[in-house]
Amino acid sequence: MGAEPARPVPVVDDLTREFWTGGERGELRITACAECGRLFHPPGPICPSCHCRRITYVVVSGSGTVDSFTVVRRPWIDGYETPYVVARVRLRDQPDVVLLSNIVGVDPEEVRMGMDVEAVFETRAQVQVPVFRPTR
Amino acid sequence: MTGVPERQVIISGVGRSAVGRRLGRESLDLTLDACLAAIADAGLAPSDIDGLTTWPDIKGELGGFVGPSVAQMQQLLRLDLSWHLGAVDGGNVLGVLAEAALAVSARLARHVLVYRTLTEASAHGARKPRAVLANSGDPWLVTYGVGSTVQFAAMWAQHHFHTYGTTREQLAWVALNGRRHAALNPDAIFAEPLTIDDYLRARMISEPLGLFDCDIPSDGAHALVVSHRDFRRDTDAPVFLEAMGVARPRTSSWAFWPDLDEMAADGCAEQLWSRTTLGPSDVDVAGLYDGFSIFTLLWLEALGFCGRGESGAFVEGGERTGLTGILPLNTSGGQLSEGRYVGFGFVHEMCQQLRHRAGGRQVVGAEVGLVAVGGGPLAQAFLLTNRS
Repeated sequence: MGAEPARPVPVVDDLTREFWTGGERGELRITACAECGRLFHPPGPICPSCHCRRITYVVVSGSGTVDSFTVVRRPWIDGYETPYVVARVRLRDQPDVVLLSNIVGVDPEEVRMGMDVEAVFETRAQVQVPVFRPTR
Repeated sequence: MTGVPERQVIISGVGRSAVGRRLGRESLDLTLDACLAAIADAGLAPSDIDGLTTWPDIKGELGGFVGPSVAQMQQLLRLDLSWHLGAVDGGNVLGVLAEAALAVSARLARHVLVYRTLTEASAHGARKPRAVLANSGDPWLVTYGVGSTVQFAAMWAQHHFHTYGTTREQLAWVALNGRRHAALNPDAIFAEPLTIDDYLRARMISEPLGLFDCDIPSDGAHALVVSHRDFRRDTDAPVFLEAMGVARPRTSSWAFWPDLDEMAADGCAEQLWSRTTLGPSDVDVAGLYDGFSIFTLLWLEALGFCGRGESGAFVEGGERTGLTGILPLNTSGGQLSEGRYVGFGFVHEMCQQLRHRAGGRQVVGAEVGLVAVGGGPLAQAFLLTNRS
């Protein structure tokens, strides 16, 4: 095996740490409003629903469905060999929460709209990147 | 509906530099060509220009995406400006045209020079181009291999295909329609015939979008003079702004747009039609953004030229969108065939059409034209006429 370029490692800050490291415990962690309880993504310092500024993280099921996807045939980012799948995943816990992610563990040709998927974690340096695979 | 301020606004002059692939010309040189041409076309001198704007007015060339700044152009031309805007966000795509219209309607300026310069073809050269998003460092994108807007456009297309049964054979007609019009446009980069087999055989970029669904990095500068109608000069054929839309509903984010059944185009189109007594059936010719082909389909629906989900059937076969069809569409060839001038090519072409100077691709008797640009969270729309 030749050395392949590493996939990007996201810069982690206080706001995003739990999202990028929850995978150490096998947990998908999503920001939620401490007041109204609604989940939202990406993490931010204010609830987009009620504009409360007390934010917390909650552990979600990690289950979701493929809202849309694309099989990428032209390379753009170091470490991502084509073909690979970029997808929007809607969380089962609250379907208006959309994560931009990858679908892994399946032939890209087999990915379908509406497919049930579950979160798994890809280790990159000190970070556990949440991605999704078809539900088993 | 005489009350909307944009009704006071005309496009009094248009200018275009040499355009094409890898011209090997300096960005500033192209910009000056376009600006001086537009000023002369308006019957004005540079000293008459009292407003100036462009987008994006930011540091760095970003692979030929950024042209000269407003500060640089004012300094070079020694303009006495009563209004100026080096735009960052709200000016995106054709947002600066809307900003210029607001400035003249508010009487902050009489004649605003709006320009936009791209040298992406030269900047890319023989290198594999890196898209703006790949360079963004946005962790929510690059961590997941998202480097280009094409990946978002592809997911809008996938949604449309899945939800409404739209096919690649239908989507192809955005490209095919543009190409047959490009054959009548001496400025078009790609003018040779394109068949549906060529389209279907081309390599995939990001499924379901292939090579001919993606526009062409190009070199060229465009300029417009946006004037108050009270200060019309020797322009024999001004283009009148009837109404505009600039809304951005829901979010600014490509990545986290909530619902792929919509784009910002929907809110923008609603705003446009709320500002005029005209409607879709009054439009004689349209330029709808085809940076990626799927956006043209989604604009057709947003603007009410067909129902939700019906745009694939609307364009299929090319009859409706031809020069004698019910909606002559992308008569320059659009960005897929004429070149990527990020919205400005559409305005340039619409001014040619409404002044009846479009040569072999002229839509006979065109009086009302619609230009709508952007995709995803970006959208602006302009209804233009040649009637005062």
